[in-house]
Amino acid sequence: MSQPGSNPDADTFPRLLLHHAAVRGDRTAIREKDLGIWLSWTWREVADQVRATACGLAALGFGRGMSVAIVGDNRPRLYWSMAAAQALGGVPVPLYQDAIAQEMQFVLENAEIGFAIVEDQEQVDKLLEIRANHPALKHIVYDDPRGLRNYPDLELVSFQALQERGREFDRAQPEFYAAQIALGRADDTAVMLYTSGTTGNPKGVCHSHASLIAASRGDIAFDGFTADDEVLSYLPMAWVGDHLFSYAQAMVAGFCVNCPESSETVLNDLREIGPTYYFAPPRVFENLLTSVMIRMEDAAAFKRRLFHHFMAVAKRCGAKIMDGRAGDAKLGDRLQYALGDLVIYGPLRNVLGMSRVRVAYTGGAAIGPDLFDFYRSIGVNLKQLYGQTETAVYVCKQPTGNVKLDTVGRPLPGVEIRIADDGEVQVKTPGMLKEYFKRPDATAESITTDGWFMTGDAGYFDGDGHLKIIDRSKDVGRLNDGTLFAPQYIENKLKFFPHIKEAVAFGHARDLCTAFINIDLGSVGNWAERRGIAYSGYTDLAQKDEVYELVRQCVEQVNRDLATDPKLGNSQIRRFLVLHKELDADDGELTRTRKVRRNFIAERYAQLVGALFAGDSHCEIEAQVKFEDGRTGTIRADVKIRDAATFPVDAGKAAA
Amino acid sequence: MSAVTQPAVRRIGGVLLSVENISLAFGGVKALTDISFDVREHEIRAIIGPNGAGKSSMLNCINGVYAPQQGRIHLDGATFSAMDPHKAAAMGIARTFQNIALFKGMSVLDNLMTGRNLKMKSSLLAQALYIGPNRREELAHREAVERIIDFLQIESVRKTPVGRLPYGVQKRVELGRALAAEPRLLLLDEPMAGMNIEEKQDMCRFVLDVNDEFGTTIVLIEHDMGVVMDICDRVVVLDYGRKIGDGAPEDIRHNQAVIDAYLGVAH
Repeated sequence: MSQPGSNPDADTFPRLLLHHAAVRGDRTAIREKDLGIWLSWTWREVADQVRATACGLAALGFGRGMSVAIVGDNRPRLYWSMAAAQALGGVPVPLYQDAIAQEMQFVLENAEIGFAIVEDQEQVDKLLEIRANHPALKHIVYDDPRGLRNYPDLELVSFQALQERGREFDRAQPEFYAAQIALGRADDTAVMLYTSGTTGNPKGVCHSHASLIAASRGDIAFDGFTADDEVLSYLPMAWVGDHLFSYAQAMVAGFCVNCPESSETVLNDLREIGPTYYFAPPRVFENLLTSVMIRMEDAAAFKRRLFHHFMAVAKRCGAKIMDGRAGDAKLGDRLQYALGDLVIYGPLRNVLGMSRVRVAYTGGAAIGPDLFDFYRSIGVNLKQLYGQTETAVYVCKQPTGNVKLDTVGRPLPGVEIRIADDGEVQVKTPGMLKEYFKRPDATAESITTDGWFMTGDAGYFDGDGHLKIIDRSKDVGRLNDGTLFAPQYIENKLKFFPHIKEAVAFGHARDLCTAFINIDLGSVGNWAERRGIAYSGYTDLAQKDEVYELVRQCVEQVNRDLATDPKLGNSQIRRFLVLHKELDADDGELTRTRKVRRNFIAERYAQLVGALFAGDSHCEIEAQVKFEDGRTGTIRADVKIRDAATFPVDAGKAAA
Repeated sequence: MSAVTQPAVRRIGGVLLSVENISLAFGGVKALTDISFDVREHEIRAIIGPNGAGKSSMLNCINGVYAPQQGRIHLDGATFSAMDPHKAAAMGIARTFQNIALFKGMSVLDNLMTGRNLKMKSSLLAQALYIGPNRREELAHREAVERIIDFLQIESVRKTPVGRLPYGVQKRVELGRALAAEPRLLLLDEPMAGMNIEEKQDMCRFVLDVNDEFGTTIVLIEHDMGVVMDICDRVVVLDYGRKIGDGAPEDIRHNQAVIDAYLGVAH
């Protein structure tokens, strides 16, 4: 078999596709589960589908320099649409499929989008709503015709009809497609990915074919991926992670991408496919673990004891064995681990769909130590990586066998990193963005004159050359006594407790540090049921005294941890409250990637923040909520505020 | 968007079912008295009324569970003084029940397969052997069922025993089983009872989609007036076994007799 990406002429994605169709035309390129059956397409078939799609788009008038919006769950036809747009020299712009119409409208206008290829009626409805204000959106192509039969709109085209027109077009002008691909250049914009926009409007990050292919080649060489690997593509197509992992890397290495049946069946599909390479944000690993733990609680006593016994063994020696330091573990433990692999870890990996995983990555947010160790100890090679949309997630990765929990690993080949005077991490990477679309000001703000990308993250290298990220550099503040205040660092520590879903810490330019807590309804609800605590819903449960006591223990544990850190020791949480509603992206409180928008929350709940710092014991609040159908309502609640114990900062270390 | 365009485009055809002077009594209790109405092809027809008005009894007469003492039922050109359930099913009537009537211990898939029962040609023994044409037949049925699973978006619970599913999803499965029979006329007995707003919206969407995609004629009993006004073409109102209103939702809303029946009148 030829080496992945060995063809140096293939410097754009459409050329890579032709390359794979030529060298591994009969191998499976993509699968989709439909009507309960896995359907597959070979590379040759994919090349043919992309050709028909591209010609169809051309027949509609799509051409070089235009952009097409791609909206929907991970579907083969949407991935093909990306390749088709690229083949014509156009730019695919994947959008988050759960975004509401107004959010999409900004991107459609900003990127001057005239074409959209979408999954189903839900997305068509949103785009039709947008088109009322954005008439430039001429053509909408849909994949699933369900419910759309009676839409009288002439500019709505089914994907099938698009391809039929394309095949006709192709017959009439058989030279056209190849000529278009020949026109493509490596430094053309390959894709535009909109950043989630923690502050301000989203910005379109333009990546060239060259940068994405270089980043993919680097990743593939680093972890030794081949055309035999399998991935499950289930993360939003608009997210840079999925774009690299299910599109760019697959196109470079030639491995097989599997599209789940629906977003609800991912766990099951994961088991059926058994990917060899797996990427998930920490949240997904956490949900997986929670579901395992809940099922174990319900298992028979003998099984439960067996499970807990072997999990204790794994905790003692599993991670060492994974790191290739089996010699450090006791012989007895190693023997028990081998037995445990047979009766517990192996079956457990199978249930999780990770039997065949060679490399699993997580990133995008901090991962809890227990969570991380759990997967590594049962034999899943879980590692962390670091990068952002602008760097094509090609900055740092943890090397296999050299994994440190609190770092994001070493710089990848070809990446240079420097730490600015204010602690900001700055990088030079092959995966560097071309520019922000129509935002030369933002481009200039993010890239220094000598070509370093400013990540906006604060961090430093530890003794072994591993990069440690503590927070966003602009969020790092100081308490009035001068103590460093890294809110995200504190919030992450809180969120590692299964009972806490979200946390928001306040303390910059204040005398003390306080926090909002969102409890995890599943976990705390379960906890309450076991104790016979009745509750009617989130708001009710959140304000129970028992729940406050539970949360207080978590907060105090975090304080104990913080006390050991001389730099952050004084930013222990003095007072906290449990919010009466769950923070929600629909209310603008979280980004679509579920990061808290701290300033927005501070403004929106100014009353609560005031009460926290004023020393009140409760506060009445009314908040607007947006329901999923777009209506708004108000939630009124009386929120309690409690104190938490703090601990003396470790004197020995503090003196050092 | 769809709400605006649909009525104009959807082709409501001739009368598919009509009931004529139906009266049904259990001993001295008159459940239905002299009820007449018709259902046109492709329409969504609602039967509404206060508790005990005779709505479910009316459905039971249509699909032959009850035999009315008087009156006639015309279905698709044929006239019956009483239906019988087998004949009704064979003529393309399927229904769901007010209290879910699924096989709780069986998976969603198997429950839906039971809905294909009438369509299966081969014998029990041949099916058990699963060879040759029987195998092909079963595969075809499975495909039909998978289309329904896809349609109702219940892929994630395909193999889950029905008893473990939440109520709203069970209702959806029951609708699926009725759809598996590929009915021309679908009788839904309170498909949205006991659901929260989101589940109701989903169910409304499914009812509209069934009507739209498969052209199925639907008769449904519903209490939620919002739902009735939104998705139904015509409404029959029953009260104490008598018909007190019949017409478009807008007319029914302003019908004094209906308002009195629902809100009560001072005597």
